[in-house]
Amino acid sequence: MSLSRDDVAKVATLARLALSEDELAQMTRELSKIVGFVSLLEELDTSSVEPLAHPLGTTNVFREDEPAPSLPVELAIATAPKQDGECFLVPAVLGD
Amino acid sequence: MPEPTDNAAPYTTVIGLEVHVQLLTKTKLFCSCENRFGAPPNTLTCPVCLGLPGSLPVMNREAFRLAVRAATALDCTIAEFTKWDRKNYFYPDLPKGYQISQFDLPFSEHGQLEAVDPKGAFEPRMVRILRVHLEEDAGKSMHDESAGTADSRIDLNRTGTPLLEIVSQPDLRSPAEARCWLGELRLLLVYLGVSDCNMQEGSLRVDANVNLHIPKADGSLAKTPIVEIKNMNSFRSVERALTYEAARQYEEWQATGKELGSAPKQTRGWDDAAGITRGQRHKEESSDYRYFPEPDLVPVTLTADEIAAIREGMSESPRALRKRLEETWKISAYDADVLVGQGRALVEYFETLARLVDDGKVASNWMQQDVLRTLNEQGITIDAFPVAAAGLADVIGRVKQGDFDTSRGREIFAEMIASGRSAEEVVAAMGIAAVGEDELLTLCRELVAANPKIVADVQSGKQQAAGGLIGQAKKKNPNVNPGQVRALCLKIISELPAS
Ligand SMILES: [Zn+2]
Repeated sequence: MSLSRDDVAKVATLARLALSEDELAQMTRELSKIVGFVSLLEELDTSSVEPLAHPLGTTNVFREDEPAPSLPVELAIATAPKQDGECFLVPAVLGD
Repeated sequence: MPEPTDNAAPYTTVIGLEVHVQLLTKTKLFCSCENRFGAPPNTLTCPVCLGLPGSLPVMNREAFRLAVRAATALDCTIAEFTKWDRKNYFYPDLPKGYQISQFDLPFSEHGQLEAVDPKGAFEPRMVRILRVHLEEDAGKSMHDESAGTADSRIDLNRTGTPLLEIVSQPDLRSPAEARCWLGELRLLLVYLGVSDCNMQEGSLRVDANVNLHIPKADGSLAKTPIVEIKNMNSFRSVERALTYEAARQYEEWQATGKELGSAPKQTRGWDDAAGITRGQRHKEESSDYRYFPEPDLVPVTLTADEIAAIREGMSESPRALRKRLEETWKISAYDADVLVGQGRALVEYFETLARLVDDGKVASNWMQQDVLRTLNEQGITIDAFPVAAAGLADVIGRVKQGDFDTSRGREIFAEMIASGRSAEEVVAAMGIAAVGEDELLTLCRELVAANPKIVADVQSGKQQAAGGLIGQAKKKNPNVNPGQVRALCLKIISELPAS
């Protein structure tokens, strides 16, 4: 199985990656190889294998509903590229 | 029974709803930050809900418990195995770049909830529920356009709070049905203690999918493209938006003839002030979210016995409660609906009262007229009502045994509410004493003697003329019981020698 240039361009858009035509060509080759490795599995008969939802065998890991202190606001927003002491600031998000 | 309003239209409106409700947990879904509305921005965050590298989510047991209770009350099948998935998209209020949601194995599916109009404006409508799943909420982005700044401000307090998504099948057939069904859903969730369903604070949010089925001249059915409506901030705006959108789609179909399949699904936002829906950007297709199993959370399993035990332990639903009130207390469906709509605490007050006075109808009348009016006027709930059910039962008991009439009883009750005093104290303070038998007999004899015209009318068969005597009796002694005055006067007149 191989991916087309358009498949890769679409995934790049969804991932917010701006790729040049050269990069698109390179990614198309490399991603096709990865998909190719995975499609080796298609050679196996998996009809009697249960789907696996999680690699760990455990289930039902819960925590109790008990509050713990949150971060102070200064710390919460400290690493933001832009902030006003209260909120994270991002380029305008207008009504969509 | 009147027909649905839409039957006048040359089409059927087909509506499905997608409802998000915030769960009433103390903490968020995957971290121990408080789940609380109204805190200063970004004061309820931690590395987990900020999506910082190296942090890991752990499921809140209470959130899962509330979610299962809600789905059970909605008649859903609860899955014995459920898992969570990543829904990938970029938005500034979603710090991880994905939302932890449920995709192919939601914890519940295939439920139902009926919409019943208490006044019978439409036939009861059973609405199937496709699925209910548990996911995390996003944060809030705020943009003050008047400030003229280029930036939006992001508050992540809400990020990671538990959210229940309830998706109905497109089974609703009018905007009024949709509004009624939402009301029933909200009441159910509030009764369960699952959510406060406050639309103003965003703890209940509704999106609607709507299209029209239009019978054509050749007998076939035209189906208009499905439109998803967002930004509806009240049940009233849901009804208005759907009404507007149905009319808009009919006009568009007449102009363009476009049918389902010939145009992509459109998203439109409701503008409440303008009273119209406006087109928004096209919705990303489901596959564009590139769902995959969440590796940071393990699946949750329930045994059939555990699911059965949850079902056993469910409290009475509003629907079952209405039915029981109607049957036990012999009150109308409408009255039961009003009482149940006020919440479980008020129903408990009513039932205590009904038991004490041993009369559901009378108890219901006092609830609806006196108690509810006071609650509305004072803007309080029954928990803050100053008179206990026993106090009101005392008043009603005194009316029943003839100490005073209903209107006098009302005045006494109003005084009890205002002063916080008991019926006995108010009666004493207002100088209201039960009128003795001798006193009443003397009064009635005087009235009969003083009103020969009324006596003659009664003797000629006009019993209602005795009403004139009651008015005079109340003037002479406001404490007299009108029923007793009437009965006694009629008896005295009947015993007079024929004139
Ligand atoms: Zn947190």
